[in-house]
Amino acid sequence: MQACPQVKNILVLDSEGKRVAVKYYSDEDWPTNGAKEAFEKTVFTKTHKTNARTEAEVTMIDSYVIVYKFVEDLHFFVTGGEDQNELILASVLQGFFDAVGILLRGNVEKSEVLENLDLILLCLDETIDGGVPLQTDAAVLANKVASHNIDSGAPLSEQTLAQALVTAREHLTRSLLK
Amino acid sequence: GGDLRLRNFVSPADRKRFSTSVFIPFSRKTLCSRDLEGSEAMAQPLVKKDDDRDDEAEYSPFMGIEKGAVLQEARVFNDPQLDPRRCSQVITKLLYLLNQGETFTKVEATEVFFAVTKLFQSRDVGLRRMLYLMIKELSPSADEVIIVTSSLMKDMNSKTDMYRANAIRVLCRITDGVLLTQIERYLKQAIVDKNPVVASAALVSGIHLLQTNPEVVKRWSNEVQEAVQSRAALVQFHALALLHQIRQNDRLAVSKLVTSLTRGTVRSPLAQCLLIRYTSQVIRESASNSQGDRPFYDFLEGCLRHKAEMVIFEAARAITELSGVTSRELTPAITVLQLFLSSSKPVLRFAAVRTLNKVAMTHPMAVTNCNIDMESLISDQNRSIATLAITTLLKTGNESSVDRLMKQITNFMSDIADEFKIVVVEAIRSLCLKFPLKYRALMNFLSNILREEGGFEYKKAIVDSIVILIRDIPDAKESGLLHLCEFIEDCEFTYLSTQILHFLGIEGPKTSDPSKYIRYIYNRVHLENATVRAAAVSTLAKFGAMVDALKPRVFVLLRRCLFDSDDEVRDRATLYLNTLGGDGEVVETDKDVKEFLFGALEIPLVNLETSLRNYVAAEEAFDINSVPKEVKSQPLAEKKAPGKKQPTGLGAPPAAPPSTVDAYEKLLSSIPELASLGKPFKSSAPTELTEAETEYAVNVVKHIYDRHVVFQYNCTNTIPEQLLEEVSVVVDSSDAEEFSFVLSKPLRSLPYDSPGQTFAVFEKPEGVPAVGKFSNTLKFIVKEVDPNTGEADEDGVDDEYQLEELEVVSADYMQKVGVSNFRNAWESLDADLERVDEYGLGPRESLAEAVNAVISLLGMQPCEGTEVVASNSRSHTCLLSGVFIGNVRVLARLQFGLTGPKEVAMKLAVKSEDIAVSDAIHEIVASG
Repeated sequence: MQACPQVKNILVLDSEGKRVAVKYYSDEDWPTNGAKEAFEKTVFTKTHKTNARTEAEVTMIDSYVIVYKFVEDLHFFVTGGEDQNELILASVLQGFFDAVGILLRGNVEKSEVLENLDLILLCLDETIDGGVPLQTDAAVLANKVASHNIDSGAPLSEQTLAQALVTAREHLTRSLLK
Repeated sequence: GGDLRLRNFVSPADRKRFSTSVFIPFSRKTLCSRDLEGSEAMAQPLVKKDDDRDDEAEYSPFMGIEKGAVLQEARVFNDPQLDPRRCSQVITKLLYLLNQGETFTKVEATEVFFAVTKLFQSRDVGLRRMLYLMIKELSPSADEVIIVTSSLMKDMNSKTDMYRANAIRVLCRITDGVLLTQIERYLKQAIVDKNPVVASAALVSGIHLLQTNPEVVKRWSNEVQEAVQSRAALVQFHALALLHQIRQNDRLAVSKLVTSLTRGTVRSPLAQCLLIRYTSQVIRESASNSQGDRPFYDFLEGCLRHKAEMVIFEAARAITELSGVTSRELTPAITVLQLFLSSSKPVLRFAAVRTLNKVAMTHPMAVTNCNIDMESLISDQNRSIATLAITTLLKTGNESSVDRLMKQITNFMSDIADEFKIVVVEAIRSLCLKFPLKYRALMNFLSNILREEGGFEYKKAIVDSIVILIRDIPDAKESGLLHLCEFIEDCEFTYLSTQILHFLGIEGPKTSDPSKYIRYIYNRVHLENATVRAAAVSTLAKFGAMVDALKPRVFVLLRRCLFDSDDEVRDRATLYLNTLGGDGEVVETDKDVKEFLFGALEIPLVNLETSLRNYVAAEEAFDINSVPKEVKSQPLAEKKAPGKKQPTGLGAPPAAPPSTVDAYEKLLSSIPELASLGKPFKSSAPTELTEAETEYAVNVVKHIYDRHVVFQYNCTNTIPEQLLEEVSVVVDSSDAEEFSFVLSKPLRSLPYDSPGQTFAVFEKPEGVPAVGKFSNTLKFIVKEVDPNTGEADEDGVDDEYQLEELEVVSADYMQKVGVSNFRNAWESLDADLERVDEYGLGPRESLAEAVNAVISLLGMQPCEGTEVVASNSRSHTCLLSGVFIGNVRVLARLQFGLTGPKEVAMKLAVKSEDIAVSDAIHEIVASG
């Protein structure tokens, strides 16, 4: 077993399995872009019919553990090795997923993600460093990414309040939909 | 193609507006999206006309992006008046291209890199962050790194924490060893920085750098140790991970680390998971030398009550993976996993069922409590969870639940992936062996799924399972064979077809109506590729040889094969027709012919290959009987240091001690005194006669001949300042009465670190498996060597060195030679060559230990995997095969049983070609 939890990749794919933003941390497993695309295709085909919208789902493909969550037209995946603690991977996924939600103000869909790709890439960068989980708390993550993107007009305190409102609204809608 | 077409419908004005409005920071987002709504409304009708589905959503800021154009745009980085927002946009575009798998040529990457470095002039925070990302993605070369080093070092000492953290991560990612020593001081400070983001950045960078520059990172342990005490959760996690990696090869240090941390408080769940892993490691490594209560078990058990689920799970899993875990230790772990099974979170259910599935393999009884929860998981939305639940149930289920389970499985088999199907098939196979009465339901299931779609691995798993069931459950044979016949009618895998044809040839002729298989086999000759056709010809011939009534028909079919387009197929048909007498009258086939055509090749293929290579180079005719049957022993692990000295002088002995059977033969035949003894019957594995790390390392190989034994002492001199000469081993055989000393072959010189051999030869009564103990003393002349010149002194001193005793045991007279089908081999030997007796083996540690003791006492080859004893079983049957001195084939069937607590009894049945040898084997067991 690995001494330290390692994430092998984080994928954000669209509703057709096309790459929106991805980051691989293991060149040994997928040495070429072709290998990466093949992996994305397999993962997408084997999961896209499942319902991973309320809770994160999980599966094993080719000896990798993959946890995933969907929202609108986006599919988020976090991949780890066979021995990996699924719950650690799930906490990485949840942290990144919720941070993106905060950054995009709950408006998480492909066009928004592409428009704010800079934020998404920074968020990926702050979530994992070379496979090692760097931060799994969504609020901290979002804050790290957004802190400098906020105009001086919107002070940090207000910003966090606004974020809190967004999150609260989300929770409310979710519980109503159940 | 929607993207391309759509691009044409967006007016140039739109596109221009788009490209400038895309990357507006999100505080102004509302404005931006309202803007977009307007443009979407405009684009929508056009799209609809185009009859594209719902592509109006596919409105991407990167539509029609081209590498060349973006590289052009990157020129803005050189503007004297930098526009931070525009620069950020261009970097995002570059990152987008890289993310999509686009690559830059060396020249392009260098140009972009140089342009990007200009952006350090800007004080814009957002742009700086993008700049960091870009540098990491470009992974610059060493000479390029120099250009950004000073800027990054400045950022590393900035007052802004975000700069410091990110600059550290970038610098460590692109740095080399030389640069690292320059920034080491800052990194050590950063590790204990009061800002957790900075500390984590330095620690995680340390984890990566440890792979490339371990000697530098190891110097940071004091700081890292301090960081382990940090109040910030993630800093503690990163520090612990790094500290453990620094010390991972130092068992004692890891043990101390674990001891102190398990007493204290670890704040972060992630760090707690690490601690659980390290604790398991310590438990694993200390398991061998401790008795009584397992150290640290209480800690693991305590973690089951942690508030974080990931910690609870990590601890539960660690407990289930403890080696030799007892059911008392398992119970609390199983209880928390069982709770997870009914969680609303799929990840939790999956983790629990996956772990319980593994536990079920070794401790099925411990998991049965969860069966009710498992059954409800069969209908789980998540098919992975359902599969794991099913296979767990198959492992723990009882006879009465089989039919119900099979029904549930059939329903969901079609919508799971091949790798899960294989797991299910394997579970069904072992279930069928457990409950043979249920074979009909299970065989039907297997044949049904065999007809459905599936890849090679999946199909192979099914075929393997059917073959095993046919072998082990006599009632299942006929229906199983017909299922296989039907499968090869439409099988796309050559490998599986040939395997099944081979199997049919062995099993088919023994059935009540062999003729019904002929049609299936002959169809292959018509419809398949050459490989399968050749296999089918062999199978037909087997039916002809075994079933006289079928001979005429088979001959007709084989004659047709003489006109096949493929050489191999024609050759086989010709061979079989001739040897089976297909050109003359139909007579009963000779036993010898059968043996020749269909007997198993009881020679390891590697040995055959070596002999054939020798044959190609030699003049003599090839004799299959000269090929050694002994399974090659593993090459000796070489203990020598890498940079070893070349032996001096022309008469230097071979560099490494020969270790394999043919290497031994070559060595022995090269020495005249030994060559005259003939060929050794068997050569033992080397036995060490010295402790590890002593001045002189000696091990011995015993070569057994009909009338002699030869001890080959492999000696290594590990002292650089010494040269040994006239090295020999003085052997005292007073405890080995049947042996008499013949000669000793000394080693002329033994320089430092270049092994050499000396031999001692003893005579013993011919064909008798004489045993005895021999004590050994190494005798030599030692000469001082000048370490500078490498020259040895003229004068030497006589010296000797005491070695361990060696023993010749009965197992030395037995070659490990397996048989492919034990039952056939056993039945081929007459019943009056059998000797049966019972033995009480007394108190034993376990059944498995008793079985292994008898196997090694006899020195025979276990067959068909019978050396493995299932845990918790109270009886076991083991099948052994070997060739005893004098080239006598021996088979043994050992039945073990527990007669009381730890008391083991054994019934031993021996058959051999010589009744005296059967007696001798009993003699060995009786005196062992």
